[in-house]
Amino acid sequence: MSVKQCGAATYAVSGVYIQSTASVVGPKEGHGPFRGQFDRVWEDEGSHAASFEKAEQQLLAEAYAIALQKGGLRWEDIQLVIGGDLLDQVITTNFVARSHGRPLAGIFAACATFTEGLGLGALLVGGADVGTVMVSAVSHHATAERQFRFPLELGYQRTPTSAWTATAAGAVVLSQAAAPLAVESVTFGRVVDLGGKDPNDMGSAMAPAAYDTIMQHLKDMGQELRDFDAIYTGDLGHFGLTMLKAYGERQGTPFGAELHDCGRELYDRDRQDTHNGGSGPGCSASVFSGPLTRKLMAGEWHRLLLVATGALYSPTTYQQGETIPCIAHAIQISRGRAHA
Amino acid sequence: MQGEKTPYWLMTQKMMPQRPIVKNALWAFFVGGAISTVGQGVLWFFMRHGMTAKEASSPTAVVMIGLGALFTGLGWYDRLVKRAGMGASLPITGFANAMVAPAMEYKAEGLVMGIGARLFTIAGPVLVYGMAAAFVVGAARYLITGVA
Repeated sequence: MSVKQCGAATYAVSGVYIQSTASVVGPKEGHGPFRGQFDRVWEDEGSHAASFEKAEQQLLAEAYAIALQKGGLRWEDIQLVIGGDLLDQVITTNFVARSHGRPLAGIFAACATFTEGLGLGALLVGGADVGTVMVSAVSHHATAERQFRFPLELGYQRTPTSAWTATAAGAVVLSQAAAPLAVESVTFGRVVDLGGKDPNDMGSAMAPAAYDTIMQHLKDMGQELRDFDAIYTGDLGHFGLTMLKAYGERQGTPFGAELHDCGRELYDRDRQDTHNGGSGPGCSASVFSGPLTRKLMAGEWHRLLLVATGALYSPTTYQQGETIPCIAHAIQISRGRAHA
Repeated sequence: MQGEKTPYWLMTQKMMPQRPIVKNALWAFFVGGAISTVGQGVLWFFMRHGMTAKEASSPTAVVMIGLGALFTGLGWYDRLVKRAGMGASLPITGFANAMVAPAMEYKAEGLVMGIGARLFTIAGPVLVYGMAAAFVVGAARYLITGVA
């Protein structure tokens, strides 16, 4: 195991493996194009809980439990939990930590939280000899609606570019014990703000941040786009991915068929009325922990770049007319040839 | 980075998917018309039972607000507005939706700081500027015609 800085923002890590992944999602996510590829699908959005905030906590707690179970681990085996969510004061992750009682590093990078957590976890496991780390990200449609938009039952028309916050949780256990999937490198993004102001169009605001991080990663690692079987951005959605492709074309790096987006593929836009597609920290976390991990494990892909994207605004800042700063963090994950 | 702001945003605006304006307008026209027709029917019902048009307007508003609140509670009204936009938001049933939706949402925070404090989250601006506009128009009418 080791960590080596490559270039300005990338760290090559070796000897860091994914022991297990877990994904728990709501009914809409579970019945979308990735049907059957999550560990657990809820029958409803959690109406049995006293509040949707509590439902979101349960979503995360179930993801933790499944990740432990799949890895044959107990909570005592986890040295550190790194996780975050979308709610003010990171309440979901912090409140769930009351019950697991393990050391917690709560983080926030909006919808880029998952790859930030994976990156930090990989550095700690690979470079600081921290034994086993649990990384998580979660979001819930109903809690995000009330914090960022309107009460659930209020009628209003969404614009074609507005995102649908996913009810989803993803958890990953990292450790030094050899396993098929390895974290190879981490690129921490910088904040990019090209002046987007519309919270109903976060995809196009985040696209330049995704581009910046992808290019930084390729430059630092001396790679090209074709070195990856797939590059998945987090939640640019339909319009954001279109803008990323157009922006890449203009900047001189045309993307090909390797470029995908978790949020765009999480829902069937025509059937599920989700407009731009899924968003939220749980979007990339659950899509990676479910469908993308399956593809890697099945040998369909060998190397994946996951680039979760975050719009770092709050309702206060956009009401005050501020633009939306965005960030993206990238994680390179591969399935070892030895295990293929 | 700042230097790139203009070209990227011009590109974004140019490529932005358009709202289906014609479809939205048709939905708004027919749904708004249907709600108004129901309101007219209620008004006629009260008039048939001996009220004048002026007397009947208040109970009609009460019935329409009740229906708007009921449909909000059943989870139907937001689906209607999603299609019909202002066609369903503008009638008084939409106002009921704007009051009942926060009441349902913030119930979890209690009667005082939840429902009490946040009931007017959506309807508040409508009331504030509605009253301000009524004051201005009323004052103008008084100054011009002398009728209070």
